[in-house]
Amino acid sequence: MSSRFLGISAYVWIAIVVGVVVLIGIPLSTDKFTTFEFANVAVYVIALMGLNLLTGYSGQISLGNGAFMAIGGYTTALTAYHLKHSFGIDSPAILYASIPLAALLAGLFGFLFGFPALRLSGIYLALATFALALSIPPIIDIDKLEFILQGHSGVNLHPLHPPDFLALSDEQWLYFVNCAIAGLMFVLAWNLVRSTTGRAFMAVRDSETAAVASGVSLSYYKTLAFGISAAYSGIAGSLLAISVAYVNPDVFGLQLSLALLVAAVIGGLGFEFGPLIGGLFFVWLPYWSEQVSKLHVGTFQLPSKPDVFYGVLLVVIIFFAPSGFMGVIMRGIGVYRARRAAARGEKIVIAPTAGVLEEESIGEEPSEISN
Amino acid sequence: MYLVTLTDFLQQVVSGIASGGVYASLALALVLIYRAMDVANFAQGEMAMFSTFISYTLITSFNLPFYVVFPVTIAIAFAGGVVIERIMIRPFEGKSVITLVVVTLALFYLTNGMAGLIFGYILKSFPSPFSSAPISFGGIFVTVQDVGVLGVCLVILGLVYVFFRFTKVGLAMRAAALYPESSRLVGVRVSWMLALGWGLASAVGATAGMMIAPITFLDPYFMQPILLFAFAAAVLGGIESPLGAVIGGLTVGVLLALVGSYLPAGQNLRLPFALVIIVAVLLFRPAGFLGQATVRRV
Amino acid sequence: MQGNWRGLRKAAVAVTAMLTTLACGAQQANNSTTASDVGITKDTITIGATYPLSGTASAYASVAKGMNAYFQYINDKGGINGRKVTYIVVDDVYNAANTPAKARELVEQDKIFAAVGNLGTGPNLAVRQYYNDNSVPDLFVFTGSDHWGNDFGQYPWTLGWQPDYEAEGKIYAKDILANNPGAKVAILFQNDDYGKDYVNGITKGLGDKATSMIVKTATYNAGDPVDMSSQVNQLKASGADTFYIVTTPAYTASALVNSQSSWKPAHIYLNSVGASTLTVQTVLKRLGNSSAFDGMQTTTYLKDPNDPAQANDPGVLKYKDIITKYGNGCEFINPFCVAGVACAFTTVDVLTKAGNNLSRKNVMDIAANQLNETNNFMLLNGIVVKTTKTDHFPIRQERLEKWQGDASGGRYVPIGDIISGR
Repeated sequence: MSSRFLGISAYVWIAIVVGVVVLIGIPLSTDKFTTFEFANVAVYVIALMGLNLLTGYSGQISLGNGAFMAIGGYTTALTAYHLKHSFGIDSPAILYASIPLAALLAGLFGFLFGFPALRLSGIYLALATFALALSIPPIIDIDKLEFILQGHSGVNLHPLHPPDFLALSDEQWLYFVNCAIAGLMFVLAWNLVRSTTGRAFMAVRDSETAAVASGVSLSYYKTLAFGISAAYSGIAGSLLAISVAYVNPDVFGLQLSLALLVAAVIGGLGFEFGPLIGGLFFVWLPYWSEQVSKLHVGTFQLPSKPDVFYGVLLVVIIFFAPSGFMGVIMRGIGVYRARRAAARGEKIVIAPTAGVLEEESIGEEPSEISN
Repeated sequence: MYLVTLTDFLQQVVSGIASGGVYASLALALVLIYRAMDVANFAQGEMAMFSTFISYTLITSFNLPFYVVFPVTIAIAFAGGVVIERIMIRPFEGKSVITLVVVTLALFYLTNGMAGLIFGYILKSFPSPFSSAPISFGGIFVTVQDVGVLGVCLVILGLVYVFFRFTKVGLAMRAAALYPESSRLVGVRVSWMLALGWGLASAVGATAGMMIAPITFLDPYFMQPILLFAFAAAVLGGIESPLGAVIGGLTVGVLLALVGSYLPAGQNLRLPFALVIIVAVLLFRPAGFLGQATVRRV
Repeated sequence: MQGNWRGLRKAAVAVTAMLTTLACGAQQANNSTTASDVGITKDTITIGATYPLSGTASAYASVAKGMNAYFQYINDKGGINGRKVTYIVVDDVYNAANTPAKARELVEQDKIFAAVGNLGTGPNLAVRQYYNDNSVPDLFVFTGSDHWGNDFGQYPWTLGWQPDYEAEGKIYAKDILANNPGAKVAILFQNDDYGKDYVNGITKGLGDKATSMIVKTATYNAGDPVDMSSQVNQLKASGADTFYIVTTPAYTASALVNSQSSWKPAHIYLNSVGASTLTVQTVLKRLGNSSAFDGMQTTTYLKDPNDPAQANDPGVLKYKDIITKYGNGCEFINPFCVAGVACAFTTVDVLTKAGNNLSRKNVMDIAANQLNETNNFMLLNGIVVKTTKTDHFPIRQERLEKWQGDASGGRYVPIGDIISGR
């Protein structure tokens, strides 16, 4: 048995400490570009946590979470814009205050969308959310609503500046704010997943019939899942608006919703840390694919086609690691633990690491029942 | 404001029918896949686009005439569909919906990316056996191309109908989709029927692409705006009914034209309107207008 | 047990040490003292821009290819005052959410001296603040919005280049008032800044006659299916005799085709972005009627390598030469390539004038206040690229041209002189 301190094993403590060091170290030791990109990672991690809760934990597929991000982003942008232009109120506090408002509005919208979504499942839900993703930008574009929504030219926001007494750059401050919020949302998600609600979500995901038989209210939990997912996405959208300091309808198009689902799958649906890996991919894959294209083979420049990379990566994942990176990691940890236990002469359960996408049974370790 | 005359209104309707022919063509392909395996293929438009690029290359680089390129492309598309099903879909037959959706998404990204890589993004004009010269009847105008699209669409519908109703293979395909276990027992190669379904859908998609590209010009994204409306058409008509796809397509075309012209801010409401159609139909009449509530294999 | 605690304590010490070191290095680079020399060495000048290299707008990437082609040509001739130009182009997929990150990549990592030719209204609106806050020249942004010229006072580091859409709209208005004062105008436009700027232009140009002359408008959104039948039918129903089309190429073609179905308006004005010769020729071929668009008008400010009448113009010949050698696949009839080469010419002009005083401030000053370029070999003869302390719209002149169909497909024929849209 490994030693424990405050109920947490030594290994986990080391992981936490390393994690904190890395987290704090990044903005303090890299250039503004890298810091800014990691600030964006935090934004997309939050969005992916939302999608993970909906698709990974409650089993409701969504090709439209970008629409909820749009609501959050525009709430923040328009609040700041209208307060300034109609009332002359112009303060960074507005930006911070708009974040929970964004969560609320987006969450409400998601909850409402959850009602018709109740009767849709599987491929039909995918279709409906696909249509939702496509429907939001044109609505923002409506001419008659331009006086509120600002139409296609979008809304500029003030860049976020750190408080004067902190000697940080804008990008560093943004990073810390986004990471702090992401951390908070992560803790909330962690607890949610382990609560009754979380277990209800998973019951709904695994078998609706069985869930109903056990007294789980499908309509309550399914709509709740949509609401919570949308609230997370709304916060992400709000932070995106703050980070980029600009929104327009194109920012929240279909590509965003599809990319979110792809990143969620790559990270690992149904795993708490999946969104973290997914967020890293979301931001850094296009960058690295572009670096690749800067390589030349003779005079032939390798093309930068992030779409092709996404497609290939997705194919590799679904064939060899349907539970995403987290699935692979968890399986590795499970195997490692089993070997250590075997070395000590104990038996241990290896739960098959079935994420939401079923694993192929390619030479899995046989599971043994512990005594 | 000006008065809406009957002629203007009818013109909108007729133009809407013409647009609807476009949606119907792609919807037919979607329906064929859905009949085979209960999956909405989000990559259908991209596959059609890729086939259209192949035909474009045959025409411009190899200087083959259209009446040769047309059947050749259909054959290539058919083979491509079968190959894709065997390689990418078959390993996931029977898996969860999320898995299948993710597979079609992967296909979507790959196809679009490869098309961009190979064929480039510059808009190209696509030749057509049908001209864009106007035809009029009673003061209402359409182009020859519009009639051509609709005509080809109906021909395909007819062929599909005949195939499923009167050929052994067609019957086997229907059986395989509805009652896979029983079909196996009587010797139907269920798995190959799925591949056949994909091949057919891909061929139909290629036809749609070759008919639509002359209107919209050709670039790797030309099918994407149409996809949602094609889905709406398929859902409205009954997602397993080819006839439904065509009727759904024409209806969607007309409705969108009317919404676009007569509702305030109508142009911006077309996509949201498609969302409303899809959700409303799925909620209140999930089998669409012509679909039947079939016994689903669980 | 004890062994584990010792291990933990060691780790704690190491971590504290790391944190302290990092905290000392916490100050991120700011750009005060050495800003003027960033991106300049004794033999290189590094510039860069964001473009949609992938995604639905990626056809515009040809502008970057054109620009790069001209820079390579200059480099092979010895560069600018002995310095060779490196042009770094990065992909923002035309998504304003990506552009701020890419701008930082260019400025912080690639250490560009200036951004030249950033493409897209939305993307540029997203990064304008960043470039200005960091005093990085944001030159010759590739969009026809008039934001850049109008907002120069607030954003003095951002400058446009191409003629703004509003100015072009005013030119059409002038023509209508002069030659067709009783016209009833119907407008089809893309529902975004691009389309609205054109509409503003024609409205302002028509002055107090605007409300009586513009009888109907219809819109579409970029990304809609390419099918303008519904819109054209609406416009026809208004009884207008003049059709003003403000679209992008695929939608232009659809609008033109549909206009000939039943309407056949007496006058058509086509905005320059959608008006390429290739588009019109294709539509005519499909209509089967080579004279359908005779008299249709558009404007241009660039020379046209596709025009047989300009085939022997020395500028066009030089352009063909450059594109063939350095174009990297840019088709020489592609108007984006032409624009890129022309814009690069102005860029080289500015950098050459700066001589050895290659500070960001100086270069910005030359570009924004002192430009007076009359010899751009791909701009129509007579067009001047000019900026002053009070005018920050570098190009505002264009020339009207009208379509003339013929057996070989048709071409645009110039009408009259260069008109100013100021």
